[in-house]
Amino acid sequence: MTAPLLQAEGLVRRYHQRRGWLGHSVELRAVDGVSLTLEPGRTLGLVGESGCGKSTTGRMVLGLEAPDEGRVTFAGAPMPPPGSRPWRSLRARMQMVFQDPLGALDRRLTIGAQVAEPLTIHGLPDTPERVAELLRGVGLRPDQAARYPHELSGGQRQRAVLARALATDPALLVCDEPISALDVSIQAQVMNLLAEIQERRGVALLFISHDLRAVRQMSHRVAVMYLGRIVEEGEPDAVLHDPAHPYARALVSAIPDPARRGQRIVLQGDPPNPAARPAGCAFHPRCPVAGPRCAVDSPTLKLRPDGRRVACHVAQGEMAPGTGLAEPVRKAA
Amino acid sequence: MREALVEIRGLHVAFDGVPALRGVDLAIRPGESLALVGESGCGKSVTWLAALGLLPGKARVSGSVRLGGEELLGAPAARLDAVRGGRIAMIFQDPASSLNPVHRIGRQITEALRLHRGLDATAAREEARRLLDRVGMPDARRRLDAYPHELSGGQNQRVMIAMALAGQPELLVADEPTTALDVTIQAQILELLTEIRRETGMALVLVSHDLGVVAETCERVCVMYAGRIVEETRAEQLFATPAHPYAQGLLAALPPMHGPRRPLAAIPGGVPEPWAMPPGCAFAPRCPRASAACGAAIPALEDLAPHHRAACFQPSRPALCRPAPELLPA
Amino acid sequence: MLRFLGLRLSRALLTLVLVVSFAFVVLRMSGDPALLIMSADAPPEAIAAFRRAWGLDDPLWVQYFRYFTAILHGDLGNSMRSGQSAINLVAERIPATLALTVPALLIKIGLGIPAGVYAALHRNSIIDRAVMLLAVAGFTVPSFVLGLLLVLLFAVQLGWLPSGGQDSWRHAILPIITMGFGGAAVLARFTRSAMLEVLGQPYMRTALAKGVPWRVAVRWHALPNAAIPTVTIVGFMIGSVLAGAVVVESVFSWPGVGRLLVVAVSNRDLAVVQCILLLVSATMIASNLMVDLLYGVLDPRLRAGAKGNA
Repeated sequence: MTAPLLQAEGLVRRYHQRRGWLGHSVELRAVDGVSLTLEPGRTLGLVGESGCGKSTTGRMVLGLEAPDEGRVTFAGAPMPPPGSRPWRSLRARMQMVFQDPLGALDRRLTIGAQVAEPLTIHGLPDTPERVAELLRGVGLRPDQAARYPHELSGGQRQRAVLARALATDPALLVCDEPISALDVSIQAQVMNLLAEIQERRGVALLFISHDLRAVRQMSHRVAVMYLGRIVEEGEPDAVLHDPAHPYARALVSAIPDPARRGQRIVLQGDPPNPAARPAGCAFHPRCPVAGPRCAVDSPTLKLRPDGRRVACHVAQGEMAPGTGLAEPVRKAA
Repeated sequence: MREALVEIRGLHVAFDGVPALRGVDLAIRPGESLALVGESGCGKSVTWLAALGLLPGKARVSGSVRLGGEELLGAPAARLDAVRGGRIAMIFQDPASSLNPVHRIGRQITEALRLHRGLDATAAREEARRLLDRVGMPDARRRLDAYPHELSGGQNQRVMIAMALAGQPELLVADEPTTALDVTIQAQILELLTEIRRETGMALVLVSHDLGVVAETCERVCVMYAGRIVEETRAEQLFATPAHPYAQGLLAALPPMHGPRRPLAAIPGGVPEPWAMPPGCAFAPRCPRASAACGAAIPALEDLAPHHRAACFQPSRPALCRPAPELLPA
Repeated sequence: MLRFLGLRLSRALLTLVLVVSFAFVVLRMSGDPALLIMSADAPPEAIAAFRRAWGLDDPLWVQYFRYFTAILHGDLGNSMRSGQSAINLVAERIPATLALTVPALLIKIGLGIPAGVYAALHRNSIIDRAVMLLAVAGFTVPSFVLGLLLVLLFAVQLGWLPSGGQDSWRHAILPIITMGFGGAAVLARFTRSAMLEVLGQPYMRTALAKGVPWRVAVRWHALPNAAIPTVTIVGFMIGSVLAGAVVVESVFSWPGVGRLLVVAVSNRDLAVVQCILLLVSATMIASNLMVDLLYGVLDPRLRAGAKGNA
């Protein structure tokens, strides 16, 4: 096993949220003890629904946001404090790609200028030849360097964002929902491009997405998050074909699949509010197999014999499946 | 074959001279579920906004939209008001901004009830509560007095559905109803729509970019590309043996859930800009099978087999096409 | 709620203190009331006596302190010019000012809001363009220019109306129109853009899609939402009923608070200026508070106790 490129241990991030107009502020744990490991040239897929903390986790491993607890190690050394000089020079080796390419680009600058910018900042040669080479590397034409972001299509803009991110030859790319804003046919193009770049340059990817199909396509390992914690982690096909955690099961079963018609686990209720985290296992109010223990005892992420890490009393074989603790919200159809 | 509930013929829409719809023909039979699927800008939403007269004034609409024999295009406002939310209801993508932020949801539902069912205030409120119950809103009576910002996205979409059901529609048009929602909530809403359709016998038109959503929910699918329908067939047929190269490309571009992972068969290039449409088939520049004929004329939507139409000069014949094994119904 | 009010009131008090202090410093630094009021060629003894009488020869900070203690005791001082109580001087001018500003406010609201709504509903129509043209004219042309133009036209050329003074209701017409037109223009433009924004919202489409007739949708779904931003501007206009007439009162020689202020400032008549400033600040603050409370009524999202959503 190669030495990990990125290691995060026990990351916690709290926000304070004001309730109502004049209310008191409430502590909200966006990320609540996340540990992850990523080897060079590999991809870790981070999946979960909105508010599960996957984007915050992505920002913390880059040091864009300081964790309240826990630590991040990059290439064997602890992450320097965000904003410091060593952190800034380290930033050349880790880049981020966001969901909305138009928002990530400066509307007033040409694509070429924006791709050259990180080169200049990090004191690398920023010649037009180098910019052209970077653009070609992401499937854009060198003459498109003269275009402005609004003159490109969504897919082309995401390619431009990638070219800019790759300019400093990073070892790690954190992609936060990189394809969600794109059309289906363009999503495939961008996924292929990311895989090709990884193959060519050996860059490690943290691929954050709510789309399980995309995550399977891209990842070597998958971590499923729920309310700020990883609830299951393992090989993509193990997690996606035979999910062990009841939430992962529901998530997989919610993937719209042409092959299945109306025989899935439909979770009741809404995703919970991180400001009102249930006691015990955070998933227990929606869990179909929860038992009384789940409401008091929060399961930790433990390694199973099959190489997967799961945070669930039932999946760990510590208790027999219960029948759920939630009030039936609506009658069965 | 029963007579169509809604029949759209030769529907064209242009904004400031730029075409958005370039001749759409579509018929919905009572009680059936039909999907319009395609990528952004293909005209799938515009079709229904045009049909119901909901497009802004600068839109030029021509063609014909008939509801049970009555022409809707150019119909007087009062007739359209009676149809909208009455015989045809519509729900939209972003439930949070689709509800009026300053009115309680109870008032927003009863408004529709009073318009279409002529209920008085008390009866309307009771019926609104029943509708909220029906769409699975927990604690419906109390929620009548809630404002949209106090509810989650999934709950707001349930309110939208309750509002749509207020007029006891014969057709519900759901325009990307789950796109703004989380996956598990999407599953709830799709389940609810299917259930309601089964119970009330109304027809459902689902407008979506998501082939998976469409396949699970609808019997019949129309694939749209650049303002036209390019393929129309039964859902299982489309997923087993798509005929149009665009439909094939869309299916192939979907990352599989099983089998080895290899590069996706992405469709090269992008959708043509509406002001720079190619002269012939709009898909020709991206099409692996395009020939000279494709660049010269626009192929018409023609029957390939019963219940299977495609607009392509060289469609894959169902017998010749190899189905993707994992997409076949189990 | 009480906490909110307490917070707002203490902030308002702080604002008042700052306004008063600022005016004190500026007025006392920029000219000597003794010379201005007594005129420069008055005998030196008279000027010295004036200074002593008004405490002007004390150090500035002593004057400031004395002034503040007096205010805290409710004594706003007397005019250095006439010796009368500043409060009485100002108070007797208020009706005259209100006689202009209240009708002008009604014109602003009654003309500006409907014009803005109409323009938004008939976007790009001839009337929309006309309204917008007038609106642009209305707030680019300063009120003294507009006032003088109106005087030239209606008083000098046509001779229909008097050009200044306060002898009859006919004297009030031109100043009211001058003020009302500018404000109506601002309000029309603002209402129009608020309305256009609301008309493009998805919930308007929802309303139409459920069969709500267009007029009802505008009245019940669009107007309440468009009212939220418009209230800010109206609140500001209400807040300026006392002070907004400085220029117009000068142009039309209307003996209101505004003109009193101009005279008092040029004489460095501190007590009168301060009294007016306090009055104006207080109305501004009150109308701001009113606007904030009104937001809560109009917009349920801002209401206290609303559930926080993640």
